[in-house]
Amino acid sequence: MNAPVLEPQFRDHAQQDFARSFGMWVFLSSELLFFGPLLFGYLYLRMQHPEATGMASRHTDMLLGTVNTAVLLTSSLCMALAGHAAEGQDRRRTVRLLALTAALGVAFLAIKGYEWHQEFDEHLFPGAGFHPSDGRDAGTVYGMELFFLLYFAATGLHALHLSIGVSACLWLIRGPRSEAVELVGLYWHFVDVVWIVLYPLLYLTLRSGG
Amino acid sequence: MTSYLAGGHRLTDWLTTRDHKRIAILYAISITLFFFLGGVAAALIRLELATPQGDLVSDDTYNKLFTAHGIIMVWLFLIPSIPAVLGNFLMPLMIGARDLAFPRLNLASWYLYMAGGAIVLWALLAGGVDTGWTFYTPFSSMFSNSHVVAALSGVLVLGFSSILTGLNFIVSVHTLRAPGLGWFRLPLFVWANYATSLILVLATPVLAMTLVLVAIERLFQVGIFDPALGGDPLLFQHLFWFYSHPAVYVMVLPAMGVASEIIPCFARRPVFGYRFMAYAILAIAVIGFLVWGHHMFVSGQSMYAGMVFSLLSFLVAIPSAIKVFNWTATLYKGSIRFSAPMLYALGFVGLFTIGGLTGLFLAALALDVHLSDTYFVVAHFHYIMVGGAVMAYLGGIHFWWPKVTGRMYSETWGKVAALVIFAGFNLTFFPQYLLGYAGMPRRYHSYPEEFQLLHVLSSAGAVTLAIGYLMPLGYLAWSLRYGARAAANPWLATGLEWQTASPPPEHNFATPPVVVREPYAYTPEGP
Repeated sequence: MNAPVLEPQFRDHAQQDFARSFGMWVFLSSELLFFGPLLFGYLYLRMQHPEATGMASRHTDMLLGTVNTAVLLTSSLCMALAGHAAEGQDRRRTVRLLALTAALGVAFLAIKGYEWHQEFDEHLFPGAGFHPSDGRDAGTVYGMELFFLLYFAATGLHALHLSIGVSACLWLIRGPRSEAVELVGLYWHFVDVVWIVLYPLLYLTLRSGG
Repeated sequence: MTSYLAGGHRLTDWLTTRDHKRIAILYAISITLFFFLGGVAAALIRLELATPQGDLVSDDTYNKLFTAHGIIMVWLFLIPSIPAVLGNFLMPLMIGARDLAFPRLNLASWYLYMAGGAIVLWALLAGGVDTGWTFYTPFSSMFSNSHVVAALSGVLVLGFSSILTGLNFIVSVHTLRAPGLGWFRLPLFVWANYATSLILVLATPVLAMTLVLVAIERLFQVGIFDPALGGDPLLFQHLFWFYSHPAVYVMVLPAMGVASEIIPCFARRPVFGYRFMAYAILAIAVIGFLVWGHHMFVSGQSMYAGMVFSLLSFLVAIPSAIKVFNWTATLYKGSIRFSAPMLYALGFVGLFTIGGLTGLFLAALALDVHLSDTYFVVAHFHYIMVGGAVMAYLGGIHFWWPKVTGRMYSETWGKVAALVIFAGFNLTFFPQYLLGYAGMPRRYHSYPEEFQLLHVLSSAGAVTLAIGYLMPLGYLAWSLRYGARAAANPWLATGLEWQTASPPPEHNFATPPVVVREPYAYTPEGP
């Protein structure tokens, strides 16, 4: 694994590595806040339209959502192992694990895309074509539509992040330096953690009762 | 060692530079252009208001003018002003570093700024936006027929520029400080920009996502904020002000940092209560995140929420007052020299005090019912943003001009301009307090005749202010060619930035500095 270049603003490699990893943490704290308005909107939605959100939530595909959660958690495991392998200077193992991580990321996106396709067919995409099969009155339909708006916005934003993560993994395979693997790993785990929050909020907690 | 200005004179050298000092110059030129563009909108507003009838422009055009003025001044001038220009130039120098931690990211942030500026400019030229800079829903999302989505996109891109600048500052302060430069030896300018960066990194993404939601509501006609479709306009206001109140501190904290550098230098005294000054900066940044609801006292927010937000807004006055008292105490028994930067800094302290105290009027629940959405509010925030932030920005430009350009400007012209700006500013905005208290609402292009005298005074002040703002353009530009060569430390100041040449070499210091002294070790005779 080739040695990284020391940029002129840094005293030594330790300082450079620390600055980059610290920068990633700061970046992720900013990233987290991007999801803030969606979560705040979700809180509002549950208070304002409790029944409609329950009805809307039951339209999500719990089986595929759960399978996807398993896929993403496994990808994070592979990423962690890749980081470990990179630290041990085991290039072959690192590359393999990174490829596996990226493949699981792509699998997640494919399953998610299939879910979206299904929901689109069931007229659950917000806008003029929104006609849920069980929408009783205008008030309920508005609540359900808002749920699906937040659902598509949050899962869409998450998928965008995951796509960037997959690209970063593929880029890393060309020259997997340990410090770079650590940075992409931080990002990957962040994307994973966001899903761990979205999964119960969108698929699980509103299903009970009714 | 050759200066950062020597060598690489082609345009492409500048447009691909990674030197934080050159990027600061790129920012300075761009924000100055936008400042005067926003100023033209302000001039047209004041011209319209010279007579009670709406005769110069139509009501529709008037709405677009104050929107253009707000969007340009907030996002294209005030937010980047001190951090992206003075901060970019000075932060690495003040911490004894060779550059910011991520120079490429720094350049990228300028390109994002220019891209965002171009999009906003396109929206304004293509026909304008009439929502006000606050983009209140459901007007912005459902009813406005102007270029809302384009303006939102521009602001979104500008937000990414802010985030990258903030990230760069935070990481640089944590990792690149010179040996011996502990946290409590940092100049207050660094503390202020550090706290500002925390706000930029944590609040801007909330604005970005909120603007995306407005655009979605507008494009898909889905009710997020529109009550007719099951949404809630208060939800928008909560999200918008969660960013936009802290954004006020993005404008004023760096201004406080500038004043904290200038005042000790020209009073020849260490800043009074250094540690409390640093804590006060952090306290303002933290409490500033918890006061957004004071923009919503009359919008139907719960009364109990209003009481909590009112209390928290009063609390933020405490660290602000600590700062004002400490600047004043720094002057006590000092050997004060009324140089041009000092006049700007003292003007800042006075105007910020008036702006801050009238902020308490607005934080009081009952009084706010009377004053909300009147010219009193307009006067209050202009005292903070123009009287505070712009005065300090100009003070900083004068203070560090010899360092940035290697030239001395005309001290006399500098003082005259500072006084003209101070007088013009007060003449423009003090009558607006009276107008607002008497009941003149904001954002109206015609008004009852009894308000005319105060409006005419305000418009006359705006003319004075415009002359004051044009003056530095002249004598500062003149100094670039004809000004005397500046010494490394013309003000006998203590910061690390004064220990290198004026203008500094490419990587700032010939030998890496080591800090052995406490900050602001001023004596009457010299540093």
